Amino acid sequence: MKKIYDSAAEALDGILFDGMLIAAGGFGLCGIPELLIDAIKEAGTKDLTVASNNAGVDDFGLGVLLQTKQVKKMMSSYVGENAEFMRQYLSGELELEFNPQGTLAERMRAGGSGIPGFYTKTGVGTQIAEGKEVKQFHGEDYILEEGIFADLSIVKAWKADDTGNLIFRKTARNFNPPAAMCGKICVAEVEEIVPRGSLDPDHIHLPGIYVHRLIQGEHEKRIEKVTTRAKENA
Amino acid sequence: MPWDRNQMAARAAEELEDGMYVNLGIGIPTLVANYVGDKDITLQSENGMLGMGPFPFEGEEDPDLINAGKQTITELSRTSYFDSAMSFGMIRGGKIAAAILGAMEVAENGDLANWMIPGKLVKGMGGAMDLVAGVGRVVVVMDHQNKAGESKVLKSCTLPLTGKGVVDRIITNLGVLDVVEGGLKIVECAEGVTEEELRNATEATIV
Repeated sequence: MKKIYDSAAEALDGILFDGMLIAAGGFGLCGIPELLIDAIKEAGTKDLTVASNNAGVDDFGLGVLLQTKQVKKMMSSYVGENAEFMRQYLSGELELEFNPQGTLAERMRAGGSGIPGFYTKTGVGTQIAEGKEVKQFHGEDYILEEGIFADLSIVKAWKADDTGNLIFRKTARNFNPPAAMCGKICVAEVEEIVPRGSLDPDHIHLPGIYVHRLIQGEHEKRIEKVTTRAKENA
Repeated sequence: MPWDRNQMAARAAEELEDGMYVNLGIGIPTLVANYVGDKDITLQSENGMLGMGPFPFEGEEDPDLINAGKQTITELSRTSYFDSAMSFGMIRGGKIAAAILGAMEVAENGDLANWMIPGKLVKGMGGAMDLVAGVGRVVVVMDHQNKAGESKVLKSCTLPLTGKGVVDRIITNLGVLDVVEGGLKIVECAEGVTEEELRNATEATIV
């Protein structure tokens, strides 16, 4: 089966619908599926629920879908870098479900692994635990968290082969593998697609079984906070 | 004279032992890395990296290589990368020996609040709830009082909690306190700070 598409718009054709749940990879602006996000903006799909650790910045990443008010609800752990997000949330236009970062990652991994729920100590005794089942194991309290089963996963990788095997680069891996796992359909955007056989099978980070559609494109890869040190301090 | 930010970070670095895998939070905790000296410490960045190196030289920033504070960083010869689910697996699974974190409030029972101020500041907890629930030891580094001069070391937290009964040690500009049965125990005072001054600046019960 051919997985490679010519553009983000073609790769998303026929799989977007209003009110859908999308799981997106990325941490801050690092390793985000920027081309697919732009294509969803162009498609105009509305009332989206997006599970993503962050919400981008005002004019880049998921922030562009907030600008166009296509997002109804975010499931995130940290949204501090986005003024428009804060404005929409405080005015009640946007729903927000805070998830501890590790709980969000595990909810994606679990959903993609056929695990509808798991117990964790994270958040016990906090707001996060409100309304959730508490169970004791070995004398300690744990809360029940549910796996995420998304309609669509959008992820960014460094390289892919034409069968969808993915390799990520450095900390741009972050949420991409668990996000890719939890969707009914996963579309991946990569910097380079290489022929099968050119990636070492021992070095594949995410097997192509999780990846249904694939595009190659130019990425801006914007840096959120440039921090450097002076040479003389080396 | 109370400790300044760098002195607090230097004191916090004394908590770290050779061979430890450690997670440092944003702010003063980040400075702790400057004071580990010859100790063999591996820093975790919870977005998915062990063996975090210093900031890059100008012009050598890599958009694919950032820390949990979204700052550009570098790798070391020992570095490994992994996804966020595995990263929090090692946090939740107790593999990280210690976390050094900032705080808005700490209570005498070890409760910690550092993620939101209702109606005002809605940024999110990031990985803080997972860290305090999972790592071996939680050390808080913060100013003892807020800008209005009120104690941040309280009988009970007023802000939404990050974790319940999770803090082991508090390092402030005035000294070091441990969470023990019945309240807090003074471990040491900052140079030039008397025990009386430390007590007077603290709302929490000192035993």
